[in-house]
Amino acid sequence: MPDPQPILQMKGITKEFPGVTALADVDFRLFPGEVHALMGENGAGKSTLIKVLTGVYQAEAGEAVLAGERVHFSSPLKAQQAGVSTVYQEVNLCPNLSVAENIFIGREPRLFGLINNYPEMRRRARELLARVELDIDVTAPLASYSLAIQQLIAIVRAVDISAKVVILDEPTSSLDTGEVAQLFRVMRRLKEDGVALLFVSHFLEQIYEISDRMTILRNGRLVGEWRTSELSRIELVSRMIGTELSVLEALEEQPKRELAALERQEPFLQAAQVGKTGLVAPFDLAIHRGEVVGLAGLLGSGRTEVARLIFGADRAESGTVTIDGTPLSVKTPRTAIGRNIAFCPENRKTEGLVEDLTVRENIILAMQAARGWLRPVPARRRDELVGKYIEALSIRPANPEALVRNLSGGNQQKVLLARWLITQPKLLILDEPTRGIDVGAKAEIQRLVVSLAEEGMSVLFISAELEEVLRLSHKVGVLRDRRLVAELANDESLTADRIMQTIASGEGGAA
Amino acid sequence: MTTITSPTGTRLAKVFNSRQRYVPILATAAVLLLMWIGGSIRYENFADLQVLLNVFKDNAFLLVLAVGMTFVIVSGGIDLSVGSMLALSTMLCAWLITEEGWSPGVVIPLVLVVGAVSGSAMGAIIHFFEVPPFIATLAGMFLARGLCYVISTDSIRISHPFFTETATQMVPLGDYRIDPSVVTSLIVVALAFGVLHYTRFGRNVYAIGGNEQSALLMGLPVAATKVGVYAVSGLCATGAGVLYTFYTGAGYSNTGIGMELDAIAAVVIGGTLLTGGSGFVLGTVLGVLVFGVIQTIIQFQGLLSWWTRIAVGALLLVFIVLQRVIGARKT
Repeated sequence: MPDPQPILQMKGITKEFPGVTALADVDFRLFPGEVHALMGENGAGKSTLIKVLTGVYQAEAGEAVLAGERVHFSSPLKAQQAGVSTVYQEVNLCPNLSVAENIFIGREPRLFGLINNYPEMRRRARELLARVELDIDVTAPLASYSLAIQQLIAIVRAVDISAKVVILDEPTSSLDTGEVAQLFRVMRRLKEDGVALLFVSHFLEQIYEISDRMTILRNGRLVGEWRTSELSRIELVSRMIGTELSVLEALEEQPKRELAALERQEPFLQAAQVGKTGLVAPFDLAIHRGEVVGLAGLLGSGRTEVARLIFGADRAESGTVTIDGTPLSVKTPRTAIGRNIAFCPENRKTEGLVEDLTVRENIILAMQAARGWLRPVPARRRDELVGKYIEALSIRPANPEALVRNLSGGNQQKVLLARWLITQPKLLILDEPTRGIDVGAKAEIQRLVVSLAEEGMSVLFISAELEEVLRLSHKVGVLRDRRLVAELANDESLTADRIMQTIASGEGGAA
Repeated sequence: MTTITSPTGTRLAKVFNSRQRYVPILATAAVLLLMWIGGSIRYENFADLQVLLNVFKDNAFLLVLAVGMTFVIVSGGIDLSVGSMLALSTMLCAWLITEEGWSPGVVIPLVLVVGAVSGSAMGAIIHFFEVPPFIATLAGMFLARGLCYVISTDSIRISHPFFTETATQMVPLGDYRIDPSVVTSLIVVALAFGVLHYTRFGRNVYAIGGNEQSALLMGLPVAATKVGVYAVSGLCATGAGVLYTFYTGAGYSNTGIGMELDAIAAVVIGGTLLTGGSGFVLGTVLGVLVFGVIQTIIQFQGLLSWWTRIAVGALLLVFIVLQRVIGARKT
């Protein structure tokens, strides 16, 4: 059972960024010999709390007590010296140095206090690695090992610097099942040795498998601390997102309008034999008013390319695109925008948002571009619109002056959505809108797609998650090897399994 | 008990994979051997050991310069000031000894201190003001060259007996004679080898070249190491200048123009990655030897000396392409 005396106690931690309160009066405690999960949606303040704890950020208010002493870390180095080490998802070691050197660099065993004693270093490295059940060549460069092993090596280094507290920030997100199991064995062993482990992960299963206790944050505030065994998954999720789960479940039950009814009308957009060598083979695709068309397929199967050809971001070599019955002659993003098509690209950071501008400026960008720079949007109309969309999409913080870089991934995605919605498009292309964002924001975006379609907007929805595509789409286009191989109506008979079979075999069912 | 032991080959892993790490240096050794065998077959007396010793003698200063440059390049930086620092060193020696009448015993240590201090200053500017090494050392290059012209625009001969006598002294080795500058340069190589491969400072240089951000997060003294690297380079540059003064018996403001590029070429041909984090002092020795053997072949062939540049240029290109092919990292 955990020692009654916490090794680390943080009280009243407050951290503000311009326009955003990232943490407000948060308490946190950590006992030796426990795995403590820090839970919360993106933007709840997990990363900020960790960065305050490890000296990357300085808190505006609050205090931290480590092993009975008040501490204030001004740098990661200071935190490390005091016994707080962090292992990041992207391992922070030197790929060009050997495994043994990575464990010992900066504190190598030496002869005469000058010359590195490599045989001794190798022996001790092997010893330390044996404790985490690793038997590898310690003279090989770090980069010759998988990320999972590199992570274990980073943990070995952290623990060997007599760490009292080891923070594992999303360590499992790029590991496979076997590797996760190995990591957990190591974590359990450290726990037995009395090390306090702080664990952050998006995978609920893993949290329940490994953690003893959890602290939940929401919107930069402390929700509470529970023993993992005393909190059910449903309770956990509802405390993380702060709403009752029924909302999430209600979405499932929404009756889908008949595909047949939609398709009876003239299509809004009709692509005929559009293609480009090397990108995607010529395809036909019709999108009707109020229809959500999902695109499924493996990464690199041509999903994004289909969207880019329709939008004109890449120039098609063959075929025609007809919108509302009129064919488009020249296709560039500009003509597409002119015909009320909006495109939210996959990589929101590099292809969409301007991180150093405020939420308001980012939202207004596309609308201003459409009007031309000589006709600024009147301030009152602008504020009204921005306010409306911040509320409609529940962008947090609800502050139009907050810098976009200080927002969490899910909220950044909503800002990008708001930017395009404000132009009132007739066709909205969403490329992986829910990737890397948490459950709550994901549900909100899905709900939004459904309601937009009900209002008559057409949506082309690209996602790697088949369940999501199935839940939202009226019909699903399946891509394989840069070819649209099937178009499946989303009726009772369509399941994720059938889509996967189609991806695997390349043969469509009903077209 | 082991669950996962097999190395996996990521793109990054390729460069540093145990075996592939040695590919560039082995290629250099192979090229050197081929040139040597080719030269020995084609020219009489080419295989004589004295020819090799002369290669060392004629390139002792370049070797010292390139050893310093190895530290800088392994750390992921570059030092363009070394050619000018070498010239400044020859000028300071000649001026202080001949015109001011100082003793060489004072002047030589002083010149070395000047090198280490100016190197540290550039290193400090690079680290604390986050100035790209290319720019900071370019400024250093102009500054040092300018100072040369302030001292004198003419060549200054040194007639001090210490210089004239040491320059003609030879260390006997059986039937052969070794120049003291060769001995000095080899001592520098041995020291650099020890420091770079067997001390904390040396390993920190590799760590910074591998990933500076990680080095910082691992709590390594990044600032001290970076400043130290440029101090070593400055020290080597002025040291090479002292050797050059012995070699020519004079100081001249226009010496060593473009020599920093020769040093960089030798280091790269010797298998050190320009992106940092990988390289060997002994590779640099091979690189300098390749340089010298090309010069020798061109002398034996009776070609004009600028053919050396063409040959070195071609070789450099081949080696840089080789580094890319075995999967060098993106900068």
